Amino acid sequence: MTHPFTALDIGAQRLPGVLPAWHADVAPAALRTVTAAAKAGGARLVALWGSDETVRGAGFAVHIALACPAGLLWVSGALEREHPRYPGIADLFPAAARMQRAAYDLVGIHHRDSADQRKWLRHGAWPGGTFPLRKTFDGGASFPAGEDRYPFVRVEGEGVHEIGVGPVHAGTIEPGHFRFSIVGEKVLRLEERLGYKHKGVEKRFESLSPEAGARLAGRVSGDSTVAFAWAYCMALEASCGAQPPARAAALRGVALEMERIANHLGDLGYLGNDVALSFGFSQFWRLKEDLLRLNDALFGHRYLMDFVLPGGVAGDLVPGARRRLLDALSTLEEEVETLRTIYEEHAGAQDRFIMTGQIIPELAAELGLCGPAGRASGQAHDLRAELPTAPYADLAVRMAGHIRGDVAARVSVRFEEIAESLRLVRALLAALPEGPLRIALEPLRAGERGCGWVEGWRGDVFIALEAGDAGGLHRVHLRDPSWQNWPALERAVLGNIVPDFPLINKSFNLSYSGHDL
Amino acid sequence: MYRMLRQIAKTGIVTEPAPPADDELRQTGRRLEAAILAHFGRSLAIRHVDAGSCNGCELEIHACNSPYYNLERLGVRFVASPRHADLLLVTGPVSTNMETALRRTYDATPEPKLVVAIGDCGCSGGIFGESYASRGAVSRVLPVDVAVPGCPPRPIAIIQGILTAISGKSAASR
Repeated sequence: MTHPFTALDIGAQRLPGVLPAWHADVAPAALRTVTAAAKAGGARLVALWGSDETVRGAGFAVHIALACPAGLLWVSGALEREHPRYPGIADLFPAAARMQRAAYDLVGIHHRDSADQRKWLRHGAWPGGTFPLRKTFDGGASFPAGEDRYPFVRVEGEGVHEIGVGPVHAGTIEPGHFRFSIVGEKVLRLEERLGYKHKGVEKRFESLSPEAGARLAGRVSGDSTVAFAWAYCMALEASCGAQPPARAAALRGVALEMERIANHLGDLGYLGNDVALSFGFSQFWRLKEDLLRLNDALFGHRYLMDFVLPGGVAGDLVPGARRRLLDALSTLEEEVETLRTIYEEHAGAQDRFIMTGQIIPELAAELGLCGPAGRASGQAHDLRAELPTAPYADLAVRMAGHIRGDVAARVSVRFEEIAESLRLVRALLAALPEGPLRIALEPLRAGERGCGWVEGWRGDVFIALEAGDAGGLHRVHLRDPSWQNWPALERAVLGNIVPDFPLINKSFNLSYSGHDL
Repeated sequence: MYRMLRQIAKTGIVTEPAPPADDELRQTGRRLEAAILAHFGRSLAIRHVDAGSCNGCELEIHACNSPYYNLERLGVRFVASPRHADLLLVTGPVSTNMETALRRTYDATPEPKLVVAIGDCGCSGGIFGESYASRGAVSRVLPVDVAVPGCPPRPIAIIQGILTAISGKSAASR
């Protein structure tokens, strides 16, 4: 069988499921060469994670997922039981640096030759030298909060001082720590420290049935509940060799686009608010509330939690929903157009937006910036357009884009994406297939693998799943797109003034919970 | 400017009535004296602390400030520091990595103070439960006056929880 990864010569096998995804086992020594060759062929890093294979009579394993032009390539390298080590790839893909540190904290696999060997997710929650995702680690164990020392990078020089912000912030946002080194008002360096919200999600999956996992996946990052639940179900369905019915796929698409519209509306409101245009906040949050109420009335939940279930969706549209939805979306479209004109003509807002928090396309490519932030910096990647699976295959999704990579570009991309999502919802409703909403899944067979990859509103959500014995979950790895974009935020603020940080941060609007797991 | 004024005029006022207090949400008997609560009732400063949520509850807390709910019109406003706050609005579960920060935030809040736990996870640990990385319910770490269930609780339920915490009407204890 010929396939797109022949040139890599790693014997990649096509994984089951709707996604064009491939898996290969490679020797740890070859991990770097394979990754470098894939990169040369245009691949981007999606995820890097570890797993404990000792229950299967082996040692440990390191896994790398790469976004290649032809699809997803998942490579696994078996590591020895005593000293699990592998060659780091952070020099090839900078986004791997934090993933490698997290993989050490959670699984105890060590990345050699990497410059940054500091802990990342551990803080003081569990003792150093113990690793929660090892099978011998009792997930229910409770440790007293340990001492937490973390060596931040110090910037020295005359007039340089530090501002430490968080984990408890001034606004209603998630917890994380930002260490600014500044001169006057100007940011010389920003160092993020995340992991405050680590709540043992991946360990929890291993104690859940595959069916129950969907509910947890939907709570990895609440604002992306549809994207995560769908990616999880896609991975599970692939592992079981099942395909959801066409009507379910279409309704998942409607839900995902509604989630995108709601989040973009909220962000546009806050972006106005952060430049003292409180009018924008009031208007966009009114529109967002209208949309959430519509979700509630038509799907039974304001944020569509637990709508996507393994094998399909939870329910059908209520009678009359199609008409109501179409009417509401027309009103919304008109209002958003009006507000877009107001934003674009508002000199004060544009003055704050333009050339603030810029990531130029070259840097975006190097960092692997993804989602709307990536598209605002010339990174033309959107799974719905590049690797469309049902229901996107026939919709010819138009990708939003910009090249300036500043706050204004990220605002513009959000406006464009709302318009496109409105078109997609209409198209999906116009051709909603008849048929069942959900099918029963066969029990998982030990050792089966599957992955889910969905373009959520914040970027591509990736989930890799491996089945364990007795129909359970051996390992579930979830990668929020924020993993790629958090490091970029550190770069976006350089040379900007401290008071612009909230604005720049909001223009990315990254997930802490999705990252910290 | 013309367009903006036109849009404001066209929108009008969309704010809806506030919900009444609900004694069912109380976790403890009324801890603060009625006189203090009456004082809070006219001007309450809230510090929100996300102690480990999935961020779903935060979406609804944001919505409380949207024009439909307009929490601020009730004299309730969010402040930037616990030192300015009368009430901590805590979402959970409390992750182990946030436990110290949460305790410090509580300690930094001047007495008299109230704590309202938000969401199923804040109430009980929810789907994350208790584990090596999660302490579970907010009440495992701080004294909680009112707990608002829901995944996530609707804005109206969050407002109801806040108003219950500052209502001096009932002294019923569980």
